[in-house]
Amino acid sequence: MADTVATPKAHGHGEHHDVDYLHDGSLLSWMTTVDHKKLGVMYLWSVLFMFFLGGVFALLIRMELFSSDPSKAMMDAQTYNKVFTLHGAIMVFLFIIPSIPAALGNFVLPIMLGAKDVAFPRLNLASFWVYVTGALIAVTAMVTGGVDTGWTFYTPYSTTTDGSVALMTFAAFVLGFSSILTGVNFIATVHKLRAPGMGWFKMPLFVWGMYATAIIQVLATPVLAITLLLLIMERTFGVGVFDPKLGGDPVLFQHFFWFYSHPAVYIMILPGMAIISEVIPTMSQKTFFGYKATAFSSVAIAIVSFVVWGHHMFTSGQSQLAGAIFSFLTFLVGIPSAIKVFNWITTMYKGSISLEAPMLYALMFLILFGIGGLTGLFLGAMSVDIHLHDTYFVVAHFHYVMMGSTAIAFLAGLHYWWPKMFGRMYNESAARIAAVLVFIGFNTTFLPQFLLGSRGMPRRYYNYLPEFTFLHQVSTVGSWILALGFIIMAGYLFASLRKKFDAPANPWHGRSLEWQIASPPITHNFHEVPVVTAEPYDYYRPFEPSVKGHH
Amino acid sequence: MNWLREWMMPLQASEHAAKVDNLYVFILLLTSAFFVLIVYLTVLFAWKYKRRKEGVLTINFQHNLALELVWSIIPLMIVIGIFFWSFNDYAAANVAPNDALEIHVTGKKWNWTFEYPDGTRSIRSLHVPVNKPIRLIMTSEDVLHAFFIPALRIKQDVIPGRYVDLNFTATVAGKHQVFCAEYCGRDHSGMLGDLFVDSPAKYAEWLEKGDEELYKMKPADLGKMVWEMKGCNSCHTIDGSKGEGPSFKGLFGRTEKFKDGSTAVADENYIRESILNPQAKVVAGYEPVMPTFQGLLREIEIKGVIAYIKELK
Repeated sequence: MADTVATPKAHGHGEHHDVDYLHDGSLLSWMTTVDHKKLGVMYLWSVLFMFFLGGVFALLIRMELFSSDPSKAMMDAQTYNKVFTLHGAIMVFLFIIPSIPAALGNFVLPIMLGAKDVAFPRLNLASFWVYVTGALIAVTAMVTGGVDTGWTFYTPYSTTTDGSVALMTFAAFVLGFSSILTGVNFIATVHKLRAPGMGWFKMPLFVWGMYATAIIQVLATPVLAITLLLLIMERTFGVGVFDPKLGGDPVLFQHFFWFYSHPAVYIMILPGMAIISEVIPTMSQKTFFGYKATAFSSVAIAIVSFVVWGHHMFTSGQSQLAGAIFSFLTFLVGIPSAIKVFNWITTMYKGSISLEAPMLYALMFLILFGIGGLTGLFLGAMSVDIHLHDTYFVVAHFHYVMMGSTAIAFLAGLHYWWPKMFGRMYNESAARIAAVLVFIGFNTTFLPQFLLGSRGMPRRYYNYLPEFTFLHQVSTVGSWILALGFIIMAGYLFASLRKKFDAPANPWHGRSLEWQIASPPITHNFHEVPVVTAEPYDYYRPFEPSVKGHH
Repeated sequence: MNWLREWMMPLQASEHAAKVDNLYVFILLLTSAFFVLIVYLTVLFAWKYKRRKEGVLTINFQHNLALELVWSIIPLMIVIGIFFWSFNDYAAANVAPNDALEIHVTGKKWNWTFEYPDGTRSIRSLHVPVNKPIRLIMTSEDVLHAFFIPALRIKQDVIPGRYVDLNFTATVAGKHQVFCAEYCGRDHSGMLGDLFVDSPAKYAEWLEKGDEELYKMKPADLGKMVWEMKGCNSCHTIDGSKGEGPSFKGLFGRTEKFKDGSTAVADENYIRESILNPQAKVVAGYEPVMPTFQGLLREIEIKGVIAYIKELK
């Protein structure tokens, strides 16, 4: 436990600390480490495993929906309902929410600020094990009866159905704490641990995005925790809060749930935007266009995201006036996102653009987020949303945002920082092939779902009318292409880990601090405290390193 | 743009549906234009400014007020326009005219039941006259459901313990699909229904005849349903205990004694007469309080009640 990382030392030049962090310590020391890099890596493998698990459930859903003929069913309706619930719950609570902040953010954010670690390293370790505990509880719920409520746990279905709903809800409750702890840690780190010279507007935009995300995590997640506790109380002890039979109100649950879960959409997308704001200027070797606008729009999105939850409830029976206000605010929250897209594109203008894997994913993000964001206009418009609500249109829309944008940005970040994290380069050609397959597979899977939804196909349907067969089959074939892309990706990433360290310190010619230290970094990150003089993206003038004395 | 609408949306069966589609197509064209712009610029820049030489310095282009104002204000104006357009259509669709025909809808795992003003009930099939404003008053007996008619572009969650409205005026006669759109468990995807939009004459004929489901039911089951739904059960027990009226148990074939001293065997004709003209023979020991059901029950329902009483030996 005597890890010296957390101990501030002016010049930690001991021999021990010059070892790269990957080879510094036994397995046990990894389990109890307070090093943000090791925790980031452990988070990374955890969320990747969860992504794999959620992906398997997704493939099962698409397989079942390949045919509407009951005699060709793979599973019964009850099983299907559990499978789509687990797909959603795993992807949201165990993959997307922790993916970028906890895995990549943990690794990169302190280095970008010029710090040796996050502000509360032990809290960081606690957060990881709380996450693992939550994941284990979720797995227990899956194998002891499963859950068939959908990831939204709507009452009174969730309080009356069989299965391990209380346990799964408790897992989400526990996972929430992991999220809150990471958020608190990041806020404190950004405020207190910036290196000398690192003013707020010299921070890389990734840090701004993480900061905005952390604010939402800390403010919104407790509401989810309270809601889920109330649900458990009602289900286990019959306390009437949501079930009208017990004197409760089922729509109240939806208000509580979306009061967290809409901001949570931004917990998911802001980190994605944060990565893109890093990858595009570096890969384009170009100053960021509209740095402040992008930084402030992250914070603006974080704030406005708290007052748009009712747009999930236009058909729920909430008052028309409330619906109108939520609709209006929903349109407003789209504007900062639009500004960001224009900023990213303009950043590429007259750049020197490399089309290596991280940039391919960033370009993919611009296109897929374009579709995901623009289709939000249909859903913000009340009269149109009434028709599209709870259809495949919504399924397609949020997959373009959650997967097409956040998960793709995560992949951009993974490919961008992989050499830094593991000290090895992956096979670039294989990476490009996988990227193209992911892009084709993703669109083949989800574009037809917009059409299905417009034509009236409701979501969460085990079976469907014959007229929807063709589009469902196209979508299923798309999921196979997507899976193939991911298999190739797993192949070249694992293959790279078998090599000796071969990554240069700065493979993409970046200028933020993480590119000025070794790949992989030493345990202390920096030999000496860096003094920041340059802007993070000043590619218009010769490079002026802030870190002295690196290899 | 008709082909586009017809390709993407279901048949339009109301004026509201046409309004929704107009906005849908407008947003589609608008967003497509923006999307093309995004893709065009992305691909153009990625191709035109592709790295040809390592280590070059690029221009310092961080701000352009005019550009930033343009791409903030134009989208803002557009979305505010869409907001007002959509809210207008939404609000208009939620107003029921005074002469609307009110039909009660009940959702229960995994069926829809409909009750019409004259007491007619139907299961899974909603019948309405064409061009007549309809107000559905909906509730659920268990969990959340949602009543969704794609052809009318309307949808409303159905909530236990509360009534919610759904208003429409169907203008296209025919059969339209009804879905449950709020996940409700095992047979959620089988919780379907049909909306039959009929000419006024056909609708009246259907009301007269009753739901086709009635004709598929076992007569005694139908009789039991009538006993429950029409309030027979408030006076006539089925376990032999005494209510405001004689119990149905063991009634059939019994010899009844009446107030005026006469007697009769309770056969089919006696039961029929007691339903339609209850004051004709009042059983001794009971008050003449039963109202007539003349015009309130269909022939098939009377037969059902007789069959039900026969079963209660």
